[in-house]
Amino acid sequence: MEMKKPTIKSIPYEEFKDNETLESLIKELNKERTNVVVGALDDLINWGRSNSLWSLTFATSCCGIEFMAVGAARYDFARFGFEVTRNSPRQADLIMVAGTITHKMAPVLKRLYDQMADPKYVVAVGGCAISGGPFKGSYHVLNGVDKIIPVDVYIPGCPPRPEAMLYGMMQLQRKVKIEKYFGGKNHRAKKGEMPNEPIIVTNAPIDINENC
Amino acid sequence: MNLTFIDIKEFPKRMEEYRYSKGMDFLRDIIGMDWGEEGLGAIYILENTATGENIEVATITANREKPLIPTVCHLWNVAELYEREVYDFFGIYFTKHPDMRRLFLRNDWVGYPLRKDYDTSEAINPIRMENEVTEDVQRPYEIAEDAEQAIIDKQTNKIHGDQYIINIGPQHPATHGVLRFRLALDGEEIKKIDIHCGYIHRGIEKMSESLTYPQILALTDRLDYLSAHQNRHALCMCIEKAMGIEVTDRTQYIRTIMDELQRIDSHLLFLSCAAMDLGAITTFIYGFRDREKLLDILEEVTGGRLIQNYNVIGGVQADITPDFVRKVKEFCQYQKGKIKEYNDVFTYNVITQKRMKGVGVISRADAISYGCTGGTGRASGWACDVRKRHPYALYDKVDFKEIIYNNGDCYDRFWVRLDEILESIHIIEQLIDNIPEGEYKVKTKPIIRIPEGRYSASVEGSRGEFGVYIESRGEKSPYRIKFRPMGLPLIAAMHKILKGAKVADLIAIGATLDYVIPDIDR
Repeated sequence: MEMKKPTIKSIPYEEFKDNETLESLIKELNKERTNVVVGALDDLINWGRSNSLWSLTFATSCCGIEFMAVGAARYDFARFGFEVTRNSPRQADLIMVAGTITHKMAPVLKRLYDQMADPKYVVAVGGCAISGGPFKGSYHVLNGVDKIIPVDVYIPGCPPRPEAMLYGMMQLQRKVKIEKYFGGKNHRAKKGEMPNEPIIVTNAPIDINENC
Repeated sequence: MNLTFIDIKEFPKRMEEYRYSKGMDFLRDIIGMDWGEEGLGAIYILENTATGENIEVATITANREKPLIPTVCHLWNVAELYEREVYDFFGIYFTKHPDMRRLFLRNDWVGYPLRKDYDTSEAINPIRMENEVTEDVQRPYEIAEDAEQAIIDKQTNKIHGDQYIINIGPQHPATHGVLRFRLALDGEEIKKIDIHCGYIHRGIEKMSESLTYPQILALTDRLDYLSAHQNRHALCMCIEKAMGIEVTDRTQYIRTIMDELQRIDSHLLFLSCAAMDLGAITTFIYGFRDREKLLDILEEVTGGRLIQNYNVIGGVQADITPDFVRKVKEFCQYQKGKIKEYNDVFTYNVITQKRMKGVGVISRADAISYGCTGGTGRASGWACDVRKRHPYALYDKVDFKEIIYNNGDCYDRFWVRLDEILESIHIIEQLIDNIPEGEYKVKTKPIIRIPEGRYSASVEGSRGEFGVYIESRGEKSPYRIKFRPMGLPLIAAMHKILKGAKVADLIAIGATLDYVIPDIDR
């Protein structure tokens, strides 16, 4: 059985950017075909998982306030399946790293990540979490969380607009959909290892890149 | 303002004189300084709350190896954390200080980052991934035998090993960011509290020393993102004062209106978060609903929702949009009616009243001694509003009253903010129809250099007095820039407020103190 294109209800497939990354991933997965029963079960489970991703309440600075706004009245991420946020890493599926990670915070973040149950996802929100952002040259700032934990989606911005966050979270949903739940996980390296290349689903919007 | 240098031998006596004979009861800030070959020192900004008189004094020690300065934390309680900050950044040891540990950086950090000779290379301070070992005891510090300063109290254990200890934070939703409390409990009662900051310390002050002034402006917004506009206003004002730039009337009007809009934004977020911390989700949704309407206006004018980057040296980034006046008026009208809704659904609720009334009381004297400005100070009866004390922008031309309550408990702190929303609307309504025509920005030189000297400015941020202190050597970037954090005095007062409180009260107290951690840590 083949892995299908990841479609989600909220936005048509063509309107997403960076479909090539996902397609190359699908291609790779389709090399080893799966049993029909297991494949159907995979689809069912992934449908359920991608529509109930619960985030850990984790925010260090400005992006956290925007993240709260995404959860509140106008933007309301519950509409897209991110029903609630959880205060305990044991109950969370994903961690939105919203804000600058400093030297003192780095081991804490790593520990929180380790405490989460598999399968787990990381979204780097904002310039600071991606690369250090405006504080890149500081003596106490970690330049990018991908140095300590593997990142699934990057959402650029300082802070990103709520729409950008929703878009990034939907990209994560699509990524969850193309996973073999039974036939081995494709997005994680072996225990204790960092994957060589974190898969980047969301890039900076093209028009921003051109202006830079 | 003139800086008076006091000889270190006379320092304790003179400071006592200032405190008791001259009535300087409010220590606004301690600024650690590295004056290169002259030595290390600290600048103290004092204020007499009765007369409004301000002075700046400094002391200096030539010994760079083992710099010692006598403590003042028995005179002003807030000095306890301020001095720990100076110790952390400059390695100045305050003799007789009860708890001389690092405040922001890890215990195993090498060197003192704000010294001019600090080596920032990764090799010395790599990212340490092992968990930090909590130290309850200050590290022994040997002083030279000929030092005339008094003996250091060796061991002042904050928390004993045999007490029941729980950690709250650094990742805890009720700490509004990444702050860590270590609580020693007796049953449900809090006996001692030990505060660990620095989980979001980004070294903004050190970074600023190698950035140009317009570049520094971008960082001030990220200190306390809920008073982004006021922070930037303070720095712009300080630089304009130093360079002798007169901004136009139009700029002053726009700045004042934006300051007040930002204050409403912050107080709405306070209301939402305080309600959510106490378990009222509905109010959280209501607060954010109204806040979004305000953010729409801010976004239309400035281009940013949360961080606006709007003030620049000599004016503002862009002129207001044609719709601005109408939209602000509509919002003011809308927001006035909503306060009743919040009260009906949250404030007058029995649970809210029980959890807030009489909880977390701080007296007026303590509020001053701990330097708790902003809503916290005003809830205790201290008229500490910078807009009234040292009017800036247009605040001496508009008519508004300073909201003051007297009980100093959580309920009063909550009400101060609710009333200030209405008062801010009142200020905006007086200004919005009269914005004069003119330039929104005056021309400045392409390269901004501040003449040699020391300059300071302060504004009323959303949660207290936000101050900027610049020491310039006539370069493109400051020799030293210091931001007075609004939140650090608030958490310094925590252990006083928490005396005899229950663990659950900590949440209500933390919510109503309304601190923002990136502002504390900088």
